[in-house]
Amino acid sequence: MSNASSARFAPGDRVRVYNTDPVHHTRAPRYVRGHQGVVVESQGAWPLADDRARGLPHPRVEPVYTVLFSAHDLWGSGAHSVTVDLWQSYLEAVTEV
Amino acid sequence: MSESHASTPVAARVRRLEERLIEAGLVSDTELDQILAGYLAGAAPLNGARIVARAWTDDEFRSRLLADANAAIPELGLSMRSGLQEQRLKVVANTPRRHNVIVCTLCSCYPIGLLGPSPSWYKSEAYRSRVVREPRALLDDFGLALPDDVEITVWDSSAESRYLVLPLRPAGTAGLTEEELVPLVTREGLIGTAAV
Repeated sequence: MSNASSARFAPGDRVRVYNTDPVHHTRAPRYVRGHQGVVVESQGAWPLADDRARGLPHPRVEPVYTVLFSAHDLWGSGAHSVTVDLWQSYLEAVTEV
Repeated sequence: MSESHASTPVAARVRRLEERLIEAGLVSDTELDQILAGYLAGAAPLNGARIVARAWTDDEFRSRLLADANAAIPELGLSMRSGLQEQRLKVVANTPRRHNVIVCTLCSCYPIGLLGPSPSWYKSEAYRSRVVREPRALLDDFGLALPDDVEITVWDSSAESRYLVLPLRPAGTAGLTEEELVPLVTREGLIGTAAV
């Protein structure tokens, strides 16, 4: 597809979910916005849910990643992990300091 | 989070769309029912139980299943193609040190085409909000008390993948055949709110 974007992340990469609050439908759950996680798997490319929900004729097709978050990072407590499936445009790279 | 599905604007829109299609003579009520029945025919937790029993008894199948579930489940006559588009299936295996549990915090995504409709509690706000926050306490309420040294991973199906948990084979079942193992697997075991 012409509007498919290539993969910017790979397993092991540290990413942050953009802390945006779009007026339209999105599938970046609020509880991970602004938080950092680690890519654990690439799921291939899928039409962007935001574009499909808005009825755009040619939804962007983007890589989707399984991103692992630690409960402590998300909630300030807890020893478990949570994985969330996120489209590429929800994510920015985190450069280690 | 969305409220109960029956009352959402989308549900109302679907009902109006159905009425318009029927009025226009494009489809009948019976045809719509047949499409739905076809989608759900054979969609039951038994499919998941068969996948698990095969994985417990065939290490090579287990490896193929965990690497690419969509490619492996046709060996059992199953597929993720029953809907409009093929969904990605990801099977996550429990180990003695790690327990997996699945959820869809945004709505109620679930491998319906494979397992049939999800249990009502799976769609409840209580489950969806609590399992990502305090899974150990929640699982305890389900009657699953995990040892402290077992770590928990919660899989939130927020995009196009659907998840299935591969439970640990229960102790004392070494003598059972694949067919005898199938009835031991429950829907809750496949979601991760039970041990098996």
